Amino acid sequence: MDSGPATSRAIEVRHHWREFCVAVAVWVAATSVICVLIWILADIAIRGLAEVNFGFLIEDVQDAGRVGGIGPIILSTGLILLVCLVVAVPLSFGTAIALTERLDKESWFARNVRRSLDVLAGVPSIVFGLFGNAFFAIALGLGYSILSGGLTLACMVLPILIRTSEQAIRAVPAEYRYAAAALGMKRTTILFRVVLPVAMPALAAGVVLSIGRALAETAALIFTSGYVARTPESLLDSGRSLSVHIYDLAMNVPGGGSKAYATACVLVVLLLAINAATALLLRLAGLHNRSTTGGSL
Amino acid sequence: MITTENLCVSYNGRTVLRDATIEAKPGSILGLVGPSGCGKSSFLAALNRLTEIIPGASVSGRIQFDGQDIDTAFPSSVELRRHIGMIFQKPNPFAMSIRRNLELPLREHGIHDRQHLGQICESVLRDVGLWDEVSTRLDQSALNLSGGQQQRLCIARAIAIKPQVLLMDEPCSSLDPMSAERVEQLIDSMRGQYTILIVTHNLAQARRLSDQITIFWTEDGVGRIIEQGDTETVFNETSNAIVDSYLTGRKG
Ligand SMILES: Nc1ncnc2c1ncn2[C@@H]1O[C@H](COP(=O)(O)OP(=O)(O)OP(=O)(O)O)[C@@H](O)[C@H]1O
Ligand SMILES: [Mg+2]
Repeated sequence: MDSGPATSRAIEVRHHWREFCVAVAVWVAATSVICVLIWILADIAIRGLAEVNFGFLIEDVQDAGRVGGIGPIILSTGLILLVCLVVAVPLSFGTAIALTERLDKESWFARNVRRSLDVLAGVPSIVFGLFGNAFFAIALGLGYSILSGGLTLACMVLPILIRTSEQAIRAVPAEYRYAAAALGMKRTTILFRVVLPVAMPALAAGVVLSIGRALAETAALIFTSGYVARTPESLLDSGRSLSVHIYDLAMNVPGGGSKAYATACVLVVLLLAINAATALLLRLAGLHNRSTTGGSL
Repeated sequence: MITTENLCVSYNGRTVLRDATIEAKPGSILGLVGPSGCGKSSFLAALNRLTEIIPGASVSGRIQFDGQDIDTAFPSSVELRRHIGMIFQKPNPFAMSIRRNLELPLREHGIHDRQHLGQICESVLRDVGLWDEVSTRLDQSALNLSGGQQQRLCIARAIAIKPQVLLMDEPCSSLDPMSAERVEQLIDSMRGQYTILIVTHNLAQARRLSDQITIFWTEDGVGRIIEQGDTETVFNETSNAIVDSYLTGRKG
């Protein structure tokens, strides 16, 4: 008779206990994510920050990187990025405009463009590296060069850049288009004067996001822009990017550890700045609650 | 000025408005009323071919402008929309300065002379009673204006390109009572200069503003015109029972 309340109390206790366990597990998981991040940042900062100074940023690489700075590396990285953006941005904006303004969303062509982009987005970067080596470096005869590397990176960031641009343009409220059309404006004017200016912050966010991807890339560059740590004299010279430099110092240069960490500091600061810029641009675009990682396209 | 014959509008094959036949007389105000979803906005969108850019929309039937089929009267939709302007329910100024809002469509239509542009801006802003309120901040964003000011700017923007016909889709319904009254006065003062087709849910406003009235109704999910005529006649002595109960607030 009085076992009823007792049992229910036992169930209640068990419930509490289970909830407690779940709560602890969730907090431990969340906290450890933060800890891992802090650990990595702290590790890099402690081992590398001491080496970072103005000289390090501009001096030549000496003794395979054990001595000197990363001046040429920063220059090469910048040039590779530049080539990548000069090619990828117009291609992506053009494709995004075609997908949003010109093609029926459900048309055969539009669906296949999207499907190709999804496949491209899933291709590992080392495969882009091998492709870039075979096509740009060998078939087109560009050799190991900044041009080959930049073009390979452009191929790699196309899917992200097109998808973010497409979303940016689609996010512009239809009322703007209707208002503009009702005023007798032509399609191209509506696009360039009304729609694109509104989409601009979100478009810029996509570009910044792609820069982040490109900066972090190693595998696609090893076989295309190569290892050469000298200051490049033209886009046809080989040039070493920051991430390749870190890889090389860490893997192939005994005693290169502290310079690798110092380079990593520079790269991480750049990436953090880019993340902040993305968040800021998205907030300007009123899209801050959307994914800023680009992982979910 | 504008007449339609058996105009039908459908979205993705579903007809939402059937056999709409109207006549809007030059310089008069034609009120379009009816319950929600009976196809009033779709009807207006068909008149300036805005349906062309609405996904899935298709239109059949005849539309005439000044006695001429609009397809032969105007070589392109762009040209057509210069003559038939439109005001939307929600004020929709572009995210740019007040001046740019007015100048952008004007430049599109070939007016580039700065002085001329300035004159037109001032005169249309005076026409809508906005000049005194905004003349000192023409270069500030139009989005900083109040809702009523934004709507009057949109009207100014529409009349700047000198259309003969204005389509207005519930132009006052998203405004506070004071702003709504200002906009209503403005529309009233435009009588005679423009042929106006105005959709409104406010029957009292329809009665105050319109010379003729057209009443839409939904039957079996399809919109249709069930009554039209001179506004006072329709309000006072309609023979249609549905119309009578709608106008007296017992239905719809
Ligand atoms: N873009 C569209 N795509 C598909 N269906 C639509 C679209 N626009 C309107 N409709 C449908 O067409 C019908 C008529 O809509 P419409 O907006 O013309 O009505 P309305 O009389 O203006 O209504 P309200 O008074 O609420 O504004 C509705 O059933 C609506 O669901
Ligand atoms: Mg409507």
